[in-house]
Amino acid sequence: MNLATLRPDVLVLGGGNAGLCAAISAREAGACVLLLESAPRWLRGGNSRHTRNLRCRHDAPEDVLTGSYVEDEYLDDLMRVTGGKTDAGLARLVIADSGSCRAWMRAHGARFQPALGGTLQLSRTNAFFLGGGRALLNAYYRAAERIGVQVLYDAEARGLEIRDGAFVAAEVAHEGRTWRVQAKALVAASGGFEANLEWLREAWGPAADNFIVRGTPHNRGAVLRALLDAGAVAVSDPKQCHAIALDARSPKFDGGIATRVDSVSLGIVVNREGERFYDEGEDFWPKRYAIWGRLIAGQPGQIAYSIIDAKVLGRFMPTIFPGERADTLAELATKLGLDETRLAETVARYNVAVRPGRFDHTALDDCATAGLAPAKTHWAQRIDTPPFTGYPLRPGITFTYLGVKVDHRARVAFVDGRQAGNVFAAGEIMAGNVLGQGYLAGIGMTIGTTFGRIAGKEAAAHARG
Amino acid sequence: MPAADPHAEAARLMAICNACRYCEGYCAVFPAMERRIDFARNDVAYLANLCHHCGACHSACQYAPPHEFAVNVPRTFAEVRVASYEDCAWPAAFAGLFRRNPALGSVATALATAVFLALGAAAKGGLFVPREGAFYAVFPHGLLVTVFGLAFGFAALALALGALRYWRLVRDSTGLAPQGADALSAAGDALTLRYLDGGGEGCFEGRGDPAKMRRVFHHCTFYGFALCFAATSVATLYHYALGLAAPYAPTSLPVALGTLGGLCLVVGPAGLLWLDRRRDAELADPGQTALSRSFIAMLLLVSATGLALLALRDTALMGLLLAVHLGFVLAFFVTLPYGKFVHGIYRALALVKYAREIRAPSTAGIAES
Repeated sequence: MNLATLRPDVLVLGGGNAGLCAAISAREAGACVLLLESAPRWLRGGNSRHTRNLRCRHDAPEDVLTGSYVEDEYLDDLMRVTGGKTDAGLARLVIADSGSCRAWMRAHGARFQPALGGTLQLSRTNAFFLGGGRALLNAYYRAAERIGVQVLYDAEARGLEIRDGAFVAAEVAHEGRTWRVQAKALVAASGGFEANLEWLREAWGPAADNFIVRGTPHNRGAVLRALLDAGAVAVSDPKQCHAIALDARSPKFDGGIATRVDSVSLGIVVNREGERFYDEGEDFWPKRYAIWGRLIAGQPGQIAYSIIDAKVLGRFMPTIFPGERADTLAELATKLGLDETRLAETVARYNVAVRPGRFDHTALDDCATAGLAPAKTHWAQRIDTPPFTGYPLRPGITFTYLGVKVDHRARVAFVDGRQAGNVFAAGEIMAGNVLGQGYLAGIGMTIGTTFGRIAGKEAAAHARG
Repeated sequence: MPAADPHAEAARLMAICNACRYCEGYCAVFPAMERRIDFARNDVAYLANLCHHCGACHSACQYAPPHEFAVNVPRTFAEVRVASYEDCAWPAAFAGLFRRNPALGSVATALATAVFLALGAAAKGGLFVPREGAFYAVFPHGLLVTVFGLAFGFAALALALGALRYWRLVRDSTGLAPQGADALSAAGDALTLRYLDGGGEGCFEGRGDPAKMRRVFHHCTFYGFALCFAATSVATLYHYALGLAAPYAPTSLPVALGTLGGLCLVVGPAGLLWLDRRRDAELADPGQTALSRSFIAMLLLVSATGLALLALRDTALMGLLLAVHLGFVLAFFVTLPYGKFVHGIYRALALVKYAREIRAPSTAGIAES
């Protein structure tokens, strides 16, 4: 196919949630739309493949959502997790839209289900996609193709021609050639750079080599880099990322949600030296799992080990890889490659410090240590009942926050104060406007859905002039 | 990474699915899975038969091949299902027949038809005499009752003992005995094919939109079969209770039921065969294409020969058509316990177990907050 002759009104780069919302919206507004997805068809959809819900405002129980989650509470949550690093105007826009976007989603094939087993804490705030993100993407791709959005796979934008803040053409690798694809408007929805190991290294140094990338290997940030090089205003910074504790045996890329390890708060975590380094029981695991990526990234060799005993087996979400299991701590240490004396000392110190309490893994219980640094403030039980189980952990990077600044019309801002007329951005590439740091489960999909639709409509309006 | 043994492979997949759970809303399989942490052979045999092979989970799976996790639940469960049919077959020595079902069906049909043709030829007047639909003039009533009674009795016994073995394999040893309400609930789920719907959208056949056709054709097949069975039962009543001998008029209840059932039993299997050919090859277990198609073809041939017989029963071809039809029907019953028919029984039993299980609180004990 000769890409140079296509000349669509709207060129959408990225075939994830935001890109599809943009492409469908632009097409419905009458534009001729070309969507380029850098992944092959089976891997289409970027990190949206691994998502499962979006966070929705609602004033009363609605279909799959329980209770209410009003605008102010949503905004408070966002302010809290970001420490105020958010554009309040854009945040309000997203939150307001989050209450009504499900109707649009349904009209384009999305289907919802109540919160999944093991995630009841999200049943009030998050609407889950039936079948998860890939099912949502499948529905969107079918909807897009039905209305005539042209979709190309294995088509990677590597550079942008932007003159005086105006998009002219994209440089696209496809079927072994490089094409110059012109369009009247651009929607950049190509995600962050978390799969670009060199870029991660620039930000994190050699520690980045030990990161596992939870999502698509295709989010290499080429479009983000091209926009920044062309003078787009950056938001957040390259070091900000969402990273969790992941099974160290996970694949380097695309392991998704199933590779996480949820045993941390029920036992102790030691580093390569066999030492504890953080309060494992600080808060409920769903509220803490996202800090453990960074914690492990700060440890020697970027590796840690969650160690539990038989008392808590079966009390956390099943893991994809079986833990190493042994009848003695010494044997477990050997299996995990730890120094058995040091592990024994750490466990002994911890066991002595454990105060009596009533263990309850469904509440912030009173099982804590005394006189131990770092303390374990909840769910502290002695590790004394064989078999002992250990899971090796690595930092697993979910996404990066560095992005381009946009306005309420999803237009990308450029450094000299110009607002580009025909460059729009949606999804992870601009999520940093709303989520400057921290994390709120499901808000990434909400941002992508809101700004994808805005960007599509605005790009179509611009192109059709 | 995939294991060669389907049970080991299913256990590998369930460990992945249990850590993911995105498909929980599609059907009964995943909620049942979440109640477990280990997946022994009996757990897998239970879950695999709960699966209705709609394909929804595979279409939604972020780990489907060519992803290195290579998760393919529908195909793996299809393989486990056949293994469970074989494990539970009675007599056990006949377990191998599942893999040779087309040959078994063909040989049985050929033999049965040949016997009926020979008997018909030996009858007074031979095969090619117009008899105004008087079947018993070709084959005496007593002969048919004896032959089919034996065949049906054998099939019923083999199926019942197979079902019992399956139940013993999967039943809960911890005392969750199902009650009447569970059987009723399961019957409702089975008769409506509740889980053959991809979570509401229909089955995933290929790359296009999910569609409800599979369920429609399956309903045609099942209820067509039920109508034909009802026609025979009513005719039996007519014969013994009311003293009314065949042939019955086209407007009579047995013929009306049989005609309607026969038509459904042509449309349904023909539709299922058509769907089977266009289905995404990734979903199917290639090892049982023959098992599945031979059963559907058998149903189709039984109904087609029956309808032909009805249409031409007043002509000289009646004897020949009757012999052929009876040949197919006899072969159908004799081979029933070693073919795809058993899927309905095992699936229904799995649904009964599920109905009981979901009434009890989960013992998996995973923290929710």
